Amino acid sequence: MTALSDASVRRLAEVANLPDLSETRYTLLEEIGRGGMAAVYRARDETLGREVAIKVSSAPGEREDLDARMRTEAAVLAALEHPGIVPVHDAGILPDGRAFYVMKRVRGTLLREVARGAAGLDERLRILERVCETMAFAHARGIVHRDLKPENVMVGGFGEVLVIDWGVARVPGAVDEPGAVLGTPGYMAPEQAAGRSGDATERADVYALGAILSTLVTATEPPADPGVARAALLAERELPRRLRAIGAKALAADPIDRYADAGEMAADLARFRAGNPVAAHPESWLERTGRSVWAYRAAVGLVLAYLVMRIVVAWVTG
Amino acid sequence: MGSRTTTGSTFPPTRLTVLERIRSEEPDERRRAFGPLVEGYWKPIYAYLRIRWRLPPEEARDATQSFLAAAWEKRWLERYDPGRARFRTFLRTCVDRHAMNLGQAAKRLKRGGGAAIVGLDFETAEGEIRERPIQDPVDQDELFRREWIRDLFSRSLEEVRLEHVTTGQAGRFALFERYDLGPEEGLSYADLAAELGITVSQVTGRLAAVRRAFRARALDNLREACGTHDEYRVEAREIFGIEVA
Ligand SMILES: Nc1ncnc2c1ncn2[C@@H]1O[C@H](COP(=O)(O)OP(=O)(O)O)[C@@H](O)[C@H]1O
Ligand SMILES: [Mg+2]
Repeated sequence: MTALSDASVRRLAEVANLPDLSETRYTLLEEIGRGGMAAVYRARDETLGREVAIKVSSAPGEREDLDARMRTEAAVLAALEHPGIVPVHDAGILPDGRAFYVMKRVRGTLLREVARGAAGLDERLRILERVCETMAFAHARGIVHRDLKPENVMVGGFGEVLVIDWGVARVPGAVDEPGAVLGTPGYMAPEQAAGRSGDATERADVYALGAILSTLVTATEPPADPGVARAALLAERELPRRLRAIGAKALAADPIDRYADAGEMAADLARFRAGNPVAAHPESWLERTGRSVWAYRAAVGLVLAYLVMRIVVAWVTG
Repeated sequence: MGSRTTTGSTFPPTRLTVLERIRSEEPDERRRAFGPLVEGYWKPIYAYLRIRWRLPPEEARDATQSFLAAAWEKRWLERYDPGRARFRTFLRTCVDRHAMNLGQAAKRLKRGGGAAIVGLDFETAEGEIRERPIQDPVDQDELFRREWIRDLFSRSLEEVRLEHVTTGQAGRFALFERYDLGPEEGLSYADLAAELGITVSQVTGRLAAVRRAFRARALDNLREACGTHDEYRVEAREIFGIEVA
């Protein structure tokens, strides 16, 4: 027996946990992502001759809740057919006992990368609005995601925006283990962080969407405390007041003060992007004028130019 | 070494850890618990003394022996407090302390005091250290961890190899060694299938079986080397990225 090299040790740690796809129609290619409870692999569907993504729980049949998570996730994905939700193709149990499901492979980047990258404010808000619309679709069906964060949103090569990782979603009729805290600090609503995940409603997702907004427009991580997170966003003076108001409404500590669901937030974001007044921020007369001037800046500029010209002409011919 | 038989991952999670068993007042029970600890740590200790303390081979060997003997006699390891550090870190600090007091320890050993532990193959251990480039000094805890995982994996791999060879499945193990550990770049499942005259699915199936066997072995050995069950869970997560019960 010889001692292994560092490279071999690394390689062994990697391969020891690869899923066994030998009894399936898929051939394993490589790991493409990993979260807290599962790993996602690129694989080839030999029957259809295309690449797919396979998510496998990261414990070999040892933790039943992990497998239950995978089953929930596959069922939620199957129930939600929407352009913002990755389609599921297949699900089952591997020969080594682990639960898996097969989905469309998204060729793109995580929203986390977009947040760190060079995308402009407009593109960032377009993506966020897509996420809100997708969540509105889920909320309308009584499904709450409960773990929305920049690692769980993907942006594809054609600009498509996909919400992934529905493993801890609340499905109508299902019961949760009491006291289980599911979620990620900073993105988790306070009622969820307090261990009342069962209380996590659509409004908890709205909180996470507010935290994502804050990450996207400030390029910093949202503080875990809602009061601090809200104040930090409001203090970003160079951002439009109405945009800050949308984020602050979503980040309200009391769920009652937030948007009732992602649909309301999507609508407000759309209004902001179109230069219209938003529900989160009742405007004064002056602000309204200022905003209209900004929204119609091209037209206003033309009118002003015309007036100046008239004055000049009058003066010359005067 | 390498001949120890474990019963696979069938232990109930509530089973006492080695560290709990070593506290036993029953001398036999205590001795039985000490064995796996020696087996799981002597090589990393030796490598650590060679690299970190820069002891020459002879001295590192004596120091390893005297450390283990003293740990047994003076019940050093029983003092481990899971609330303060991982067992591995605690053990490493004991080794550091021992190495510092080495002058005295060496004298005691010369007087014939203390029981030397037999069957530790220091020649091989030394050869292994010489074989690989000694890398830049790293953090001492990281160095010990690296040597410890290297040994854990090497032993587990050797157990898996023996398992396969003795059950007439040497070919399957060789396939795994070649694809998963070999230097060949760009080797595809299809290449291997063509070469061995089997289907791609058989190739991936065989690979998966050996990987699974390795993981089970390594997890068993890992469990033996951890101070508490919680520590085992954390280590399994850090080393393999998996959740164990
Ligand atoms: N359909 C997919 N296509 C490509 N990559 C994906 C896909 N689904 C997940 N991933 C990658 O895998 C990572 C982990 O997936 P996720 O579902 O979030 O797992 P977890 O539940 O463990 O957090 C993601 O962050 C992403 O990088
Ligand atoms: Mg995730």
